[in-house]
Amino acid sequence: MEKRVVFRNPVLPYLLLAPQIAITLIFFIWPASQALYQSLLQQDPFGLRTTFVWADNFIDLFSQADYLNSLQVTTVFSISVAVLALSSALYLAVQADRVLKGAMAYRTLLIWPYAVAPVVAGVLWLFLFNPTLGIAAYWLRELGYDWNHTLNGGQAMTLVVVAATWKQISYNFLFFLAGMQAIPRSLIEAAAIDGAGPVRRFWTIVFPLLTPTTFFLLVINIVYAFFDTFGIIHSVTEGGPAGATNILVYKVFRDGFLNLDLGGSATQSVVLMTIVIAFTVIQFRYVERKVHY
Amino acid sequence: MRHFKMVAATLAVSALAVLGSAGTASAKTQIQWWHAMGGALGERVEEITANFNRSQSEYELISTFKGNYSETMTAGIAAFRAGKQPHILQVFEVGTATMMAAKGAIKPVYELMAEAGVPFNTGDYLGAVAGYYTTTDGKMLSMPFNSSTPIIFYNKEAFKKAGLDPNKPPKTWPEVGEYGAKIVAAGYPCGFSTAWQSWVHLENFSAWHDVPFGTKENGFAGADTEFAFNGPLQVKHIQQLADWQKDKIFVYGGRRNLGNVKFTSGECGMYTESSAGYGGFKAGAKFEFGMANLPYWPDAAGAPQNTIIGGSSLWVLAGSKPEEYKGVAAFFNFLSLPMVQAYWHANTGYVPITTGAYDLMTKLKFYDDNPGRDIPILQLGAKAPTANSKGLRFGNFAQTRDVIYEELEAIWAGQKTAQQGLDAAVERGNAILRKFEKSQN
Repeated sequence: MEKRVVFRNPVLPYLLLAPQIAITLIFFIWPASQALYQSLLQQDPFGLRTTFVWADNFIDLFSQADYLNSLQVTTVFSISVAVLALSSALYLAVQADRVLKGAMAYRTLLIWPYAVAPVVAGVLWLFLFNPTLGIAAYWLRELGYDWNHTLNGGQAMTLVVVAATWKQISYNFLFFLAGMQAIPRSLIEAAAIDGAGPVRRFWTIVFPLLTPTTFFLLVINIVYAFFDTFGIIHSVTEGGPAGATNILVYKVFRDGFLNLDLGGSATQSVVLMTIVIAFTVIQFRYVERKVHY
Repeated sequence: MRHFKMVAATLAVSALAVLGSAGTASAKTQIQWWHAMGGALGERVEEITANFNRSQSEYELISTFKGNYSETMTAGIAAFRAGKQPHILQVFEVGTATMMAAKGAIKPVYELMAEAGVPFNTGDYLGAVAGYYTTTDGKMLSMPFNSSTPIIFYNKEAFKKAGLDPNKPPKTWPEVGEYGAKIVAAGYPCGFSTAWQSWVHLENFSAWHDVPFGTKENGFAGADTEFAFNGPLQVKHIQQLADWQKDKIFVYGGRRNLGNVKFTSGECGMYTESSAGYGGFKAGAKFEFGMANLPYWPDAAGAPQNTIIGGSSLWVLAGSKPEEYKGVAAFFNFLSLPMVQAYWHANTGYVPITTGAYDLMTKLKFYDDNPGRDIPILQLGAKAPTANSKGLRFGNFAQTRDVIYEELEAIWAGQKTAQQGLDAAVERGNAILRKFEKSQN
């Protein structure tokens, strides 16, 4: 017979839940609904005149070629960052897991970039690749490659992807390493006795057992690429050249906070929110099925 | 220069002695000023603030640095929405139309001065400066503060190496092309580059050649204006710059003034930048450089007309007490004093805002000791402004500048021709104007 524990007091469970619900309401539902409401308005910056315009802002938004371009740019950027950050962190974690001497120092060093703020990370990479002063740009030129990300959209994209990836690798690395160390040694040893080489062992044992971690990181990385990278974009390219790195969240920031187009900016953040919610639902609904817990 | 600084300092000190009664009144009325002047400029602002506070005993001016121009404006607006606005807010010139449209949020300067009973004559201010912040019927809405205009800087050493006369800067764009080619031939990687591509090569370019940047007197005559910077002259100029890239006569240096390093590092022989860039070049360049008027196209009928300003002005926000506004008026009066302006002009690259200050500087032989420092003033006042050269007044213009940056970059990268890029920028800019117009009704 199933054993159930039930609260006798009917109010107590609600009381216990209240803090969590209050936090959700105040920090998520309230601002989100404000954004939703704001997206239906057209307002001057000072809030002196407000008109309810129904879906005008949305129609405006999707009729802009540069917004559609921004969607495309965001897709390329997010996928590149997520794939690169996950795969390189996994590679580093596998290597770190095998290191016997100085493992501590090696791991600590790999974790450092996570402590760097996005804007600072951006500035760091910008210094390296500044077409006039950057040392990396200088080396590239010595090799006969003309580096000028202020005009070449492909190079600008590469630069922000690398900077955003570099910052996220540490986080992924930590989780992968922890996940790997949780895999029972006996399984790997048994496979080794059966004659499986390191590569085979990785793909048949380690990787499947890491899927919960990988899945979690995939969700986190997509959210990171969508929301947390605008500091990097702001300090490195400001969305340029010619909109080549103008990702959605950066456009929201620029139109709302720099250009004071509140309605338009709120509209964009509603669209962005919808996209990320949709992504997360899809990931949980379909990708999670392939996860072995 | 040193000699002049001494004079200015002496003047400032004696001004204080005359004005200052250093009272110890216990309840001073506090005036809040939010500004966007960081670094060395911020120190100058602090000095002006301290001098004003020492000059009288009724008011205490508190100046606070709020970040760059955009951040300061955003902070001021957010504070207004929360009912905690400062009395004075520094707003950059592209925010002018937005501020003007915010009736109910601002207190016009002419009204403020009249109510406070402070003598105030718009005619005392340099026309090219005051005009930008004045209504079509001559009422000044905000107080000009830091104003500059674009000029061309050139590397005298590079000129010598290229066999050019270092005392003969280029006057016209064809000459820039010719000199640029010679500089590149002399081994420099770049002939010419620019800061503020939209402000210099479209906004000022249009005024300097007396062609419209937008309809309705560049927006001065109404919010139902449209952009017109895709005219034949602008297209010709931008296309010429794009074509010059092949021979490195023109090299794009990045948005805003990120390209300044191309001049100070000696990479580019010529560079168009705000006159306010003077201080940075003086400190950063390890070679002798000269300054000259912004070049023009000799075959353009109206050129050279006059250039327009950039920089910012001080807006008074609505919702404070009358006695506080009296303090603001007293400060604006102080700020307009010739010696205060002379001090500001001499220690920054900005122009003085009053004719009195300019006369004072001339009398002190400042321009004899510092050749080239009067170029921006003369260029701004070269001719009486026309409908095309009074300034710009477009709603949400900061957003349009972003659009122009994007389209110009597409042109520099060869993805679009000048005509295509400018047409696209005009079309996208017009959509922004219509949206702004709609939000005003």
